[in-house]
Amino acid sequence: MSLIVKNIVKTYEKGKVLAVDNVSFEVKQGERFGIIGPDGAGKTSLFRILTTLLLADSGEASVCGNDVVADFDKIRRISGYMPGKFSLYQDLSVEENLNFFATVFGTTVAENKHLIQDIYVQIEPFKDRPAGKLSGGMKQKLALCCALIHEPKILFLDEPTTGVDPVSRKEFWDMLDRLKNRNITILVSTPYMDEASRCDRIALMQTGKILAIDTLDNVIGSYKNKVFGVETKHMHQLSQFFKIHDAVHSCYPFGDTLHVTPKDALLKATELEASCKLAGFHDVVIYDLKPNIEDIFMNLMGQNNGI
Amino acid sequence: MKTFLAFVLKEFQHVWRDKRSLFILIAMPVMLMFIFGFALSNEVKNSNIAILCPKLDEEVLSVIEKIDQSKYFTINKMMHNPNEIENYFKQNKGKMVIVFENDFADKLEHDKLANVQLIGDATDPNTATTMIGYAQGIIGDYQKSLLGETNLPYAIQVETRMLYNPQLLSAYNFVPGVMALILTLLGTMMTSVSIVKEKEFGSMELLLVSPVKPIMVIFSKALPYALLCFIDVLIILLMARYVLDMPIRGNIFLLLAMSVLFIFTTLSLGLLISNSVDQQQVAMFISLVGLMMPSLIFSGFMFPIENMPKPMQIISNIVPTKWYFEILKSVMVKGLGFSYIWKHTLILVGMTAFFTLVAVRKFKIRLS
Repeated sequence: MSLIVKNIVKTYEKGKVLAVDNVSFEVKQGERFGIIGPDGAGKTSLFRILTTLLLADSGEASVCGNDVVADFDKIRRISGYMPGKFSLYQDLSVEENLNFFATVFGTTVAENKHLIQDIYVQIEPFKDRPAGKLSGGMKQKLALCCALIHEPKILFLDEPTTGVDPVSRKEFWDMLDRLKNRNITILVSTPYMDEASRCDRIALMQTGKILAIDTLDNVIGSYKNKVFGVETKHMHQLSQFFKIHDAVHSCYPFGDTLHVTPKDALLKATELEASCKLAGFHDVVIYDLKPNIEDIFMNLMGQNNGI
Repeated sequence: MKTFLAFVLKEFQHVWRDKRSLFILIAMPVMLMFIFGFALSNEVKNSNIAILCPKLDEEVLSVIEKIDQSKYFTINKMMHNPNEIENYFKQNKGKMVIVFENDFADKLEHDKLANVQLIGDATDPNTATTMIGYAQGIIGDYQKSLLGETNLPYAIQVETRMLYNPQLLSAYNFVPGVMALILTLLGTMMTSVSIVKEKEFGSMELLLVSPVKPIMVIFSKALPYALLCFIDVLIILLMARYVLDMPIRGNIFLLLAMSVLFIFTTLSLGLLISNSVDQQQVAMFISLVGLMMPSLIFSGFMFPIENMPKPMQIISNIVPTKWYFEILKSVMVKGLGFSYIWKHTLILVGMTAFFTLVAVRKFKIRLS
């Protein structure tokens, strides 16, 4: 196991704010493990505990066999860390940042160029530009280069794609794909549900708790409930109607459709449609939908909040 | 070692690219030297005064002539009526009025006693005292010349000598003062801000998750600022010598060595502050209020420590600037050697060691 987390609890302000609530999971060597959850889910706190930057209130964790408290200096040697906030030196150029972080880890850029070659070619045209003047996507690529330059055994990427345009996001994940064959374990967090598909396994996290851990397919497959897609011109009125509907568990808008989870999985789309028409929504079209990760997350979140 | 050099190089790049701070670092001592050297001066020179004399006679004229000839005073008004005195001061035309009594020459000749009154504007007590002193001196001189050869049966002759600074130039006080203050301010503020900056920008987070030793981060931060402070010392000394014509009497190498020691004291203090706070503004505030103010008050540069109440005198001992200021005055102005300042040196070495030790101990290996 590359990463073992056992019953980690972290609170702030003398226990008043619970950030990480009894979290446990394991990550295999070479696995890409995604922690997916909204802002404030406790992802960054968890990352900081695992990168030895924060001490947990209770629980244990080890990175490549090193305890996060006792062997923190060993972990710092073998980890590549990319904080959620861009943290390189803004006034140093791309090349200077890279050289500096290589030296910090006792290596040189030349020695490990092969590790970052694919990524570095994309930012090389800007190598003399101060890091602070790069675009969001470029910054993330540079930060990834700096985190990779010492050939870490494990990479901690805290929201690497937040604030980055969709094209750059896709590119970033493609780069992580190419790292796969180097057998580097990657722990990555993201608030974007669609990025779940690019992880080997995912943990859905909310308000400090992990709601589900598995491969994406299994998380979706284990979801017993049904989801209906609902189309209408009267989105707002209809969703108000569903809120008081006896048979409806929850209803969320997704673009121009509503996703409706019934209380009873045996409920048929036609039955629901009929009840809507009865209530005066004549243009309603309701059909069965394969639940996606967002539907599942929304419902797990609802359960977590006791709805 | 290679890592350390990389750190130092990085620090120099930070300093070099932040042109505004660099400009302040270099321009501040130059500006302060000019301001203190030419604009702010408590020397009395060509001060405007007035003479009140109902009737100008021969004796009065010769006293007035002496006063007017001296470099301290310029007579800009002759008055004949005591009512004018009030207005003279109110309109701020001058700082002193010399009043001769009626029939000054007659009384001097017949009664052997004539009165002169000196009226000073004591809004600024220091200047008033100095001016009165000079005027008394000039009148006393005149009196002596009157006596001529006639020997008094008894006489105590007072002879004054101002050692080390016979011309009473203020440069002898402010050059060491400016040096001590600039080093205190720059050394402490710049280093503390530079470390706290890394915390604020998050790069400290990256450095922590790496094999570098905290001590390396700390010392690499101090080095560029040590060099800049040393350049400031050289600028101030060169300006003192060649712009203000102030002789540097002691051994210049001793002076520089002591300055280097004090630079390390201020840097270690800066590191201590930066390891205790998380925001640049707090670091700056502590440097300014927590250090600059006590340094101004307790260094002896602005206010003589001997005149302070006992508790304040004791407090002054913990202000490092005080010891450096005394070293500077001893070496620069009095030309004393190391044997006279070894105690001060020891105290500064002790303070530096203490601050460094605490700074290193306080360096957090985690975020909180």
